[in-house]
Amino acid sequence: MNAVLPVPHRIVGRWVDTADTVTVELAPVGAPLPAFLPGQFAMLTAYGVGDVPISVSGRHGARPLHTIRAVGAVTRALCGAAPGDVIGVRGPFGTAWDVEAAAGHDVIVVAGGIGLAPLRPVVERVLADRSSFGRVAVLVGARRPAELLYGGARREWAAQAQVITTVDRADDGWHGPVGLVTALIPRIEADPAAAAAFVCGPEAMMWFTVQALLARGVPSARVQVSLERTMRCGAGWCGHCQLGPLLLCRDGPVVGYPVAEPLMRVREL
Amino acid sequence: MTSADPPRLIGTDGLGALFTVLRERGYTVVGPTARDGAVVLAELASAEQLPSGWSAGTEAGRYRLRRREDGAVFAHCAGPVSAKTFVHPPRARLWSADRAPDGTVTTTGPEAPAKRFAFVGVHPCDVAALGVLDRVLAGGEHPDPIYTARRDGTFVVVAECTEPAATCFCTSMGTGPGATSGFDLALTELLDGEHRFLARSGSPAGAEVLAALPSRQAGEGDLAAASAAVRDAAAAITRHMPDEPLPALMAATRESPHWADVASRCLTCGNCTMVCPTCFCVTTEDVTDLTGGHAEHLRRWDSCFGLDFSYVHGGAVRTSTASRYRQWISHKLGTWQDQFGMSGCVGCGRCIAWCPAGIDITREAAALAASRGEPSGGAEP
Repeated sequence: MNAVLPVPHRIVGRWVDTADTVTVELAPVGAPLPAFLPGQFAMLTAYGVGDVPISVSGRHGARPLHTIRAVGAVTRALCGAAPGDVIGVRGPFGTAWDVEAAAGHDVIVVAGGIGLAPLRPVVERVLADRSSFGRVAVLVGARRPAELLYGGARREWAAQAQVITTVDRADDGWHGPVGLVTALIPRIEADPAAAAAFVCGPEAMMWFTVQALLARGVPSARVQVSLERTMRCGAGWCGHCQLGPLLLCRDGPVVGYPVAEPLMRVREL
Repeated sequence: MTSADPPRLIGTDGLGALFTVLRERGYTVVGPTARDGAVVLAELASAEQLPSGWSAGTEAGRYRLRRREDGAVFAHCAGPVSAKTFVHPPRARLWSADRAPDGTVTTTGPEAPAKRFAFVGVHPCDVAALGVLDRVLAGGEHPDPIYTARRDGTFVVVAECTEPAATCFCTSMGTGPGATSGFDLALTELLDGEHRFLARSGSPAGAEVLAALPSRQAGEGDLAAASAAVRDAAAAITRHMPDEPLPALMAATRESPHWADVASRCLTCGNCTMVCPTCFCVTTEDVTDLTGGHAEHLRRWDSCFGLDFSYVHGGAVRTSTASRYRQWISHKLGTWQDQFGMSGCVGCGRCIAWCPAGIDITREAAALAASRGEPSGGAEP
């Protein structure tokens, strides 16, 4: 893999998830990149604007899907790209969720906001091989109902898993739970002591979620989190994604909680 | 002649010949020269540009050129420029892309460098720094093409350090003052009696170049004088790191109250990161021409002291000065070991001399060591 040159990809599918979030399906213009594993990320280039790390949020056949939230110049340009437009892709970079380690265990997936994007392939991987796993709980939190991702997928998952969705602030049409995603943890039907957990969201959400999971008896060694820092290259050269001893483009973004815990504990590390 | 061959002696005329021989072999010679009030590394046309008769006096926050009585050529200490500038350029284009009317994009990678560098007269600390950059930028899964294109095929003539400055602490980092590896040719400047250089090769390429220089056999006295010069240099070094494993010290002091003390002095100017021969961090910027059909992806040196450095959506992770200084020194002395299996500090002392506030990495490390056991200044997120 050439880690430097973005490989042109055409947007062949585009779905508007929320007011500021879009999922795109990418087809390589030339030779395809190596397959992305769940948890890994691509550096997506909006030519002339910049590039940003975006995790893989699923795939259609061999084609990767990326879910992008417009929060800055590059992500706005990527979200604004139309089907047929060409963007650049580098990758795959980083560590993957170790889904195999959860085989034979109950599975707990906890997502906050856009954190559901890198976790969707985990849920789909587990549900596609349902008999290899025990009970499956998927907890999803968002600030408002309008910011929830993947409504159709979550309804499909509910046939094979315990899926609970909560929002910080409800609106008139909302009939589900209201509050932080951590408040859902007591409702998990899976056996915590026999479970493996996958957590992604804002850092504070992950911290309190994992504390609650540990308090219910989930073994620390079976908790994985996906961490975020700035990235300028994805390839280990720019130094921006350091978190203590980790280069998150190389040693992350998916990190076992025993490694992450002492680092998450230190403010401004 | 191989690296096992006995050292040779060359006279001051040998330096001129060295330049000629290297240029004949296609190298662009980069070496120290006195310019703009400092000994800097620059592309040199002849040995006459070497800083003969110059050395520098340094202290925390201070660097002053000093005239010497003798004509010593390599008596300078680390100046503001290191070999990093040449192999990891401050600005570089990673790629450019052109969009055709049908929307297809053609991408062009980085330009091949036009020059092949021979570094002449760099000190062992700076040779060690090249080894650090080799590991960081070329030793991982994705070698940096800009670095490797410039570093591959370089020729290194190390000048063993015989006159360390007050800011030097290479003996603590195991990188000097003698040269043990990473060079093609090693020179030891001898000023007792005749002004001469003991020369030994460290590679077949070095042996070949040495064989092309006017030289004579080195006597026992020359070898003894060279050993003594390096030994005396080691003894003259006054700054030292705490004598304990530094990665463990850094990991144990993440929440030391001492960070607030450093923060009261640090200006977060980033000078230390710019002069450091191993600080490699870069940021990127993208530009277009007026048509929008041509885009370029550029990178330039960046510093972990900048507020933007740790910006993620929502804000910077490291907003306080304390956290940014902690990141720098902890990376250099501690987590570099986790990330790359070596220290990120080579003991050249540049960060001490070029800090406008005179912050001294050795004193801060000692203060951190002393601060262990004091109440923690940190908190849970």
